[in-house]
Amino acid sequence: MALGNIIVTMKVTPKPEEIRFDPVKKVVDRSKATNEINPADKNALEMALQIKERYGGRVVIVSMGPQFWDQFILMGIAMGADDAVLISDRALGGSDAFVTSKVLAAAIKKIGNYSLIITGEESSDGSTGQVPPGIAEWLGIPVVTYVSQFLEVGEDYIVVKRTIKGGSETVRVKLPAVLSVELGCNNPRFPDFERLNWAKTEFKLTVWGIKDLGLTEDEVGFKGSLTSVTELRELRPRERLRQFIEGSPEEIARELIRRLGLK
Amino acid sequence: MSEWRGIWVFVEQDDGELERASLEILTRAGELGGKFNEEVYGVLLGHELSGIAEEASRYGADKLIIVDHPELRHFNSDAYTEVLSYLINKYRPRYMLLPATRNSRDIAGRLAVRFRTCLSAHVISVDIDEKDRRLVTAVPGFGGNIVATVVCTGGKPEMATVSPGTYEARAGSKRAVLISETVPEELIKKRRIELVGKERTQMIDLSRAERVVVAGLGTGGDLELINEFAKLINASVGVTRPLADMGLVPRDYQVGTTGVSLRAKLAFVFGASGAPHFVYGIRDCGTVVAVNTDREAPIFEHCDYCIVADLFEILRALIKELRGG
Repeated sequence: MALGNIIVTMKVTPKPEEIRFDPVKKVVDRSKATNEINPADKNALEMALQIKERYGGRVVIVSMGPQFWDQFILMGIAMGADDAVLISDRALGGSDAFVTSKVLAAAIKKIGNYSLIITGEESSDGSTGQVPPGIAEWLGIPVVTYVSQFLEVGEDYIVVKRTIKGGSETVRVKLPAVLSVELGCNNPRFPDFERLNWAKTEFKLTVWGIKDLGLTEDEVGFKGSLTSVTELRELRPRERLRQFIEGSPEEIARELIRRLGLK
Repeated sequence: MSEWRGIWVFVEQDDGELERASLEILTRAGELGGKFNEEVYGVLLGHELSGIAEEASRYGADKLIIVDHPELRHFNSDAYTEVLSYLINKYRPRYMLLPATRNSRDIAGRLAVRFRTCLSAHVISVDIDEKDRRLVTAVPGFGGNIVATVVCTGGKPEMATVSPGTYEARAGSKRAVLISETVPEELIKKRRIELVGKERTQMIDLSRAERVVVAGLGTGGDLELINEFAKLINASVGVTRPLADMGLVPRDYQVGTTGVSLRAKLAFVFGASGAPHFVYGIRDCGTVVAVNTDREAPIFEHCDYCIVADLFEILRALIKELRGG
């Protein structure tokens, strides 16, 4: 039996090292940071594509964010995803992990016929890791987090390897299920350029607002969130000595050992 | 319905191994409980738990709820969520704290949605607001450079996962009263995740090592001299993300935001450029020594002793010198 939809959640994140903080206004300035597909989500997409290649199914990207994310989603299509849905609505601004998982779960329900939902372990900006178990709970299905490898897919189950403290465990989970995959667990393929051309010219990205999902403004965004950020501050690294020690390797070694009292 | 009262701490264990971060949180919960007049409960699920229960009972909890069942010996997201939901409905805790480990983050995310309640992730401080008695936490984001103060605005129990190493675990003379709970069998039986196999090695807890030698991408994954040097100075070995991505070592040995935060008195960093997510992991170290061939590498802004040189030559010289020249 072929699998149904393999849904991959995707987020676009600013590169953490390029984010600046305005200490006066106390706001995060992402405007100069380069945006990229959240790294772990690329691993999620790669795993979905590999599962599809072996067991069939249809890979569908689901993303929640502003319209300009469409260019990143097209990259996912060019990598091999079959279809994509972008949930874009002004009311979604300020959504926390609770709301995000609710919105994504609603979209996944609407897409329907899903066997697997594959996500990155966490996003590189918020990095809560709460969205995958949240989606599972909204959908009433199991979740396996920190998956590093899939081993076997059967009619109504998948066997995966999951990272635990000091090692790994292998679990068999009933489908449909949510898997959150570990960052760096595989090497995401490059976009196929012919497919990218096709994605840009012919592919039609589906865009849904919250009304399409049967959600109201009160349920999403800041209003629907159950956590609130009251203050932002920069965590300043501690002042370091920054003394350069020079000389031959032997001289440097002796000097270090002396200063650090290693001998 | 009764009022939501008390502070709960999920005491994580897996196959009889107690997660030390839970004891750190219990200690913190004990402080908060004393200050705000809330009873502190530890909640422990597993099988054959007497040793762990004894250990956990000494860290500031008033009560320790224990569910002992063979099917709970190993962590199981499904069964654990069901059992904890049952207990939360029965006792109605106002606050619930869990360690920000892989396993506890999994169940915290599920419980937050099930109870339609707030959850702060991997916080580096947890407090209760004097006025409204809401849970107030500090949450690092964007590679750890920016910290957000997050308050709960809805739902009970107000939840947070707390980063391992955030608080010190302190055993006291007070012992928690042990409460044995049995839960309806079907809660445990209806699980949909089945453990097939498990492989584990004994782990060194890098976050508590006094001395750490970190290998970066500049080592090219060749850890022979790194290991030899670390052994000579009695240090543990950590790596930066690219090396963990290569699969050279488990991610538990990765230093930085997606790995471990070090608290070592002395840390050596060989061949790391100094990306923010890595630097976050060494910010609490005492003395940091970095070796890199690039004088302009950002790592030199975050260390005490900067050495512009080939890391292997320095390692060889250090080893030779330590062995008596």
